[in-house]
Amino acid sequence: EIHTNEKEVTEKEVTLHLLPGEQLLCEASTVLKYVQEDSCQRGVYGRLVCTDFKIAFLSDDDCALDNGESQFKNKVIGENDITLHCVDQIYGVFDEKKKALFGQLKKYPEKLIIHCKDLRVFHFCLRYTKEEEVKRIVSGIIHHTQAPKLLKRLFLFSYATAAQNSTATDPKNHTVMFDTLKDWCWELERTKGNVKYKAVSVNEGYRICERLPAFFVVPTPLLEEDVLRFQGHGIPIWCWSCHNGSALLKMSALPKEQDDSILQMQKSFLDGIYKTIHRPPYEIVRTEDLSSNFLSLQEIQTAYSKFKQLFLIDNSTEFWDTDIKWFSLLESSSWLDIIRRCLKRAIEITEYMEAQNMNILLLEENASDLCCLLSSLVQVMMDPHCRTRTGFQSLVQKEWVMGGHCFLDRCNHLRQSDREEVPVFLLFLDCVWQLVHQHPPAFEFTETYLTVLSDSLYIPIFSTFFFNSPHQKDTNMGRESLDTQSKPLNLLTVWDWSVQFEPKAQTLLRNPLYVEKPKLDKGQRKGMRFKHQRQLSLPLTQSKSSPKRGFFREETDHLIKNLGKRISKLINSSDELQDNFREFYDSWHSKPTDYHGLLLPHIEGPEIKVWAQRYLRWIPEAQIVGGGRVATMGKLLEMMEEVQSLQEKIDERHLSPVSLQAEAPCLLRNSVRLSSLFPFALLQRHSSKPVLPTSGWKALGDDEDLAKREDEFVDLGDV
Amino acid sequence: MASASTKYNSHSLEIESIKRTSRDGLNRDLSETVPRLPGETLITDKEVIYICPFNGPIKGRVYITNYRLYLRSLETDSALILDVPLGVISRIEKMGGATSRGENSYGLDITCKDMRNLRFALKQEGHSRRDMFETLTRYAFPLAHNLPLFAFLNEEKFNVDGWTVYNPVEEYQRQGLPNHNWRITFINKCYELCDTYPALLMVPYRTSDEDLKRVAAFRSRSRIPVLSWIHPENKTAIVRCSQPLVGMSGKRNKDDEKYLDAIRETNKQNSKLTIYDARPSVNAVANKATGGGYESDDAYHNAELSFLDIHNIHVMRESLKKVKDIVYPNVEESHWLSSLESTHWLEHIKLVLTGAIQVADKVSSGKSSVLVHCSDGWDRTAQLTSLAMLMLDSFYRSIEGFEILVQKEWISFGHKFASFPTAFEFNERFLITILDHLYSCRFGTFLFNCESARERQNVPERTVSLWSMINSNKEKFKNPFYTKEINRVLYPVASMRHLELWVNYYIRWNPRIKQQQPNPVEQRYMELLALRDDYIKRLEELQLANSAKLSDPPTSPSQMMPHVQTHF
Repeated sequence: EIHTNEKEVTEKEVTLHLLPGEQLLCEASTVLKYVQEDSCQRGVYGRLVCTDFKIAFLSDDDCALDNGESQFKNKVIGENDITLHCVDQIYGVFDEKKKALFGQLKKYPEKLIIHCKDLRVFHFCLRYTKEEEVKRIVSGIIHHTQAPKLLKRLFLFSYATAAQNSTATDPKNHTVMFDTLKDWCWELERTKGNVKYKAVSVNEGYRICERLPAFFVVPTPLLEEDVLRFQGHGIPIWCWSCHNGSALLKMSALPKEQDDSILQMQKSFLDGIYKTIHRPPYEIVRTEDLSSNFLSLQEIQTAYSKFKQLFLIDNSTEFWDTDIKWFSLLESSSWLDIIRRCLKRAIEITEYMEAQNMNILLLEENASDLCCLLSSLVQVMMDPHCRTRTGFQSLVQKEWVMGGHCFLDRCNHLRQSDREEVPVFLLFLDCVWQLVHQHPPAFEFTETYLTVLSDSLYIPIFSTFFFNSPHQKDTNMGRESLDTQSKPLNLLTVWDWSVQFEPKAQTLLRNPLYVEKPKLDKGQRKGMRFKHQRQLSLPLTQSKSSPKRGFFREETDHLIKNLGKRISKLINSSDELQDNFREFYDSWHSKPTDYHGLLLPHIEGPEIKVWAQRYLRWIPEAQIVGGGRVATMGKLLEMMEEVQSLQEKIDERHLSPVSLQAEAPCLLRNSVRLSSLFPFALLQRHSSKPVLPTSGWKALGDDEDLAKREDEFVDLGDV
Repeated sequence: MASASTKYNSHSLEIESIKRTSRDGLNRDLSETVPRLPGETLITDKEVIYICPFNGPIKGRVYITNYRLYLRSLETDSALILDVPLGVISRIEKMGGATSRGENSYGLDITCKDMRNLRFALKQEGHSRRDMFETLTRYAFPLAHNLPLFAFLNEEKFNVDGWTVYNPVEEYQRQGLPNHNWRITFINKCYELCDTYPALLMVPYRTSDEDLKRVAAFRSRSRIPVLSWIHPENKTAIVRCSQPLVGMSGKRNKDDEKYLDAIRETNKQNSKLTIYDARPSVNAVANKATGGGYESDDAYHNAELSFLDIHNIHVMRESLKKVKDIVYPNVEESHWLSSLESTHWLEHIKLVLTGAIQVADKVSSGKSSVLVHCSDGWDRTAQLTSLAMLMLDSFYRSIEGFEILVQKEWISFGHKFASFPTAFEFNERFLITILDHLYSCRFGTFLFNCESARERQNVPERTVSLWSMINSNKEKFKNPFYTKEINRVLYPVASMRHLELWVNYYIRWNPRIKQQQPNPVEQRYMELLALRDDYIKRLEELQLANSAKLSDPPTSPSQMMPHVQTHF
């Protein structure tokens, strides 16, 4: 049972903070929120409100958090705020029974449980609330979080209208948005892709296609009429160029047709297209059809909905009951296996491009789901620029936002179709997290950055993740509208992190292990790159490669160019494919890692892990007091501050006698006492009582007779 | 694979290389070195094919000494080296017979205790296999062939004597013992009370030696309850022993009951003594059939007994066997998690941790003293008491403290404290080194089962201690993030969500599995430390220069030194 503190019943009036344009819709008082504390539950009285932006619980209990640790506070959503888009599932408790709540209710629950998309779980007890208020708040919350919405009714627009004058974008934000021709030209130049590819503006004003951005890049010889022919379908669109000249391309499939003559037309059109990009100077093209022999969206959806249930835990008993079966539960969700398959596919693509100098053409129905995922994953692995913060943000802009990933549908922001809700972007972030976790010094950003980015998917004041395409955004912003009287709305981008976090908190998004690439002069750099390439393309051990393969390998480039497709087919027989992959993979991993070069993940069983920070952060039982990686990172940050202050002292020639002890205030002071869940879920633990499992051992099966044997001196190493 | 040697070496045993002398005449290449310890002698060498499970057959020359098996690749594109102390070998088998056909089907199969198997193919002609088999068998199992253990031949010298690390009297003094509640007894001076216990024992002050003898009669193998650790403030104690000899008839022993009550009374504020029986309750009951059992409520009014459900060493060994199956040579890919679960290994770890947390919590909260036993009290009991002590007493988290704990309690555990990266003075290499030398036979530290046997064999005089080697190279085994916190109790979370297989130990032979050496966070930290020291020195110099001459502003110092290449 829960304990309440009598004096808390006298609710202090806590003011509700509303954003510009935010409106209070309904509220209820004397609501009891359960707080997990030292493995027992406690109740806090307060007011539960629902606005057109969020559900919020207001009480004066959070004062305990008012210390250094709360510096990682989100300025937009508080600890007890849930944006309407962040609500995943609502449950009511009726006579101790938990039931999912939908639509019109006949009976109102005594307890409300809200599961959030960021995996928080809230318990609100309504037993002491007036019946009228219960009805109003419960039906209000259900309606505003579950009823289908019109795009125009998104809070995004009310906010943008109301905050029109106060929106100022961060001038230091160097993210390339890819909404101008110049941005694409810049990217072409950066990757040296401008030799064979050109930026085009045929789709300006979305004249040709609503699924494509206004500006994009295609192979130089491609004609404008080819783009027009099938409204942008069936043409290779450039994503990125590798230093060796090979490129990553994508293509949305042509519409499925029954009519033979149309099919014939399509075929000859595609033949023409392939001819253009199959001859020199273009590299051999390999098509990766993602809709037929890769993951399906359905698989991703099913896996994630099983996976997330493992973390949406209602109470301590549930936590320990699932603990014994944890590994098999995890495996049966398939989420980690899906991550492995994505990483593996990305390595395969990398091998074709890096070692075999081939162009890759990603093919998918709309080229806006797995296409986005793989092309951006490949770029994170191959292009160190994408591992800087602005580089990564530009990549997300380029491949996901401008690439037309349907964020609105995939996040089900409008609640129009549950079937369309698939966490493709989250899957990408999880794949990147695996890389961040395995190669910490290679990234300018931290796992905390990835976590808050995943949270930002559900904050409807940023336009970044609230449209299905740039066309949809521009038409709804009034930029393309004929109505000249209305000024175009100025929407916020998620990349302006100052909207959510104070500068001090933003330091947690920067990786202290990252060191910028040392600048070399041009000649030196060329030499290094050459060496790197050589290492990768040489077969590893002469002795084990068969003479046949040796023959092909040595002469690959030469032969392929002459004999064309026939040979390339031969080379790509599936055994050969696996061998190439293994060799590439093993060879890379056997060398010291160049954090500013090609970066491959490990994909063996023990190496794919649960992104604990994102998934376990709200579960009190999973908290290690004074443990976790935060402890070493904290010490590292302290040392950096100390070094920096010493440096400043020297720089300022501050030569008066001073003590050499650095006194710079630090965000992570006394880091050895912080919880492993830092900077999230700052649970209040007053005692230092350990958390103890409540469930025991399960059956041993065939080891039962061993269990009965007596103790004796046994050599445990003798296995 | 070219990297094999570097990878293996980064995680393998400490080696002092000694240049081969030309006198042995066996090796033509004098520039080559084969590591050799003082006292180590070469017995034989042979050309073999090493069937590497990761890279296929590799031609090499194998050298067998009285301490190790050493293989060097003879192929130009492979720098593979194997360096295996013979002590880790648990089994040597012949594969293939005289009639075997097929490539590399005739040779030897060697099973090791450190999670790998080695397979060598040999020529069928001559007696090369028989020679190698016989030499290996003799030197890997020397006691069965009337040969001395290598530890007795090892002539290594270190500038620190590890044998002096643990001095029971000093360790008791550190804990403030003896005091007016606890005394040292010499009743076991010549191991006459209990031959598997040390000579010095700490017992309640008011219990006489005569009483102890009567208690010994009621405890399995005479392993009576003795103190392991005492809380510096609340004076509650951790006491260990073996099971009481209750038997089917439910025998009682007044002296034992009185003795446990005496233990309870050493700490005044409590009414009950907590007894943790490490076994699952069914096993404790079953033990009655063989004369053992547990403390019943009727007989021990002032005690509270709970079972910790930890399985015995046979079950654990079976489980470890399964771990080996899933990590060597190939690591299960897509069914890794369910395979790992089916080994139950992490479940055992979880239960041991949970038990230790309970012991630590009881003592730390001052609620009561704790008595821990299992059946005989040497495996599970030692695991529990030493883990609990590691949680409670920061001294054991230092290098020397840990050595004392190992020496004192015998433990076999790994990385379970990896979730507290700043709380330990030692690093992972320290733990792996200890585990490696548990089997290597190079040091005397882990020879024999108890103090009395070690004394009979004169182990300290005749062998080198592992702690000598470690303590004379301490820097290598230090954790730079170590933050000493005297009174901090560590409570790990005994949840599967936090437990992982100790990959750097169990899967270290697989070149495909990441071995993050050196750890990038550690490396960066060390760089910063060096930079800080440099800056402090420069600042001091600047200050000196400044006080010496107040005129002449110095040239911009920022041009003189590199800046930290990181954002702040």
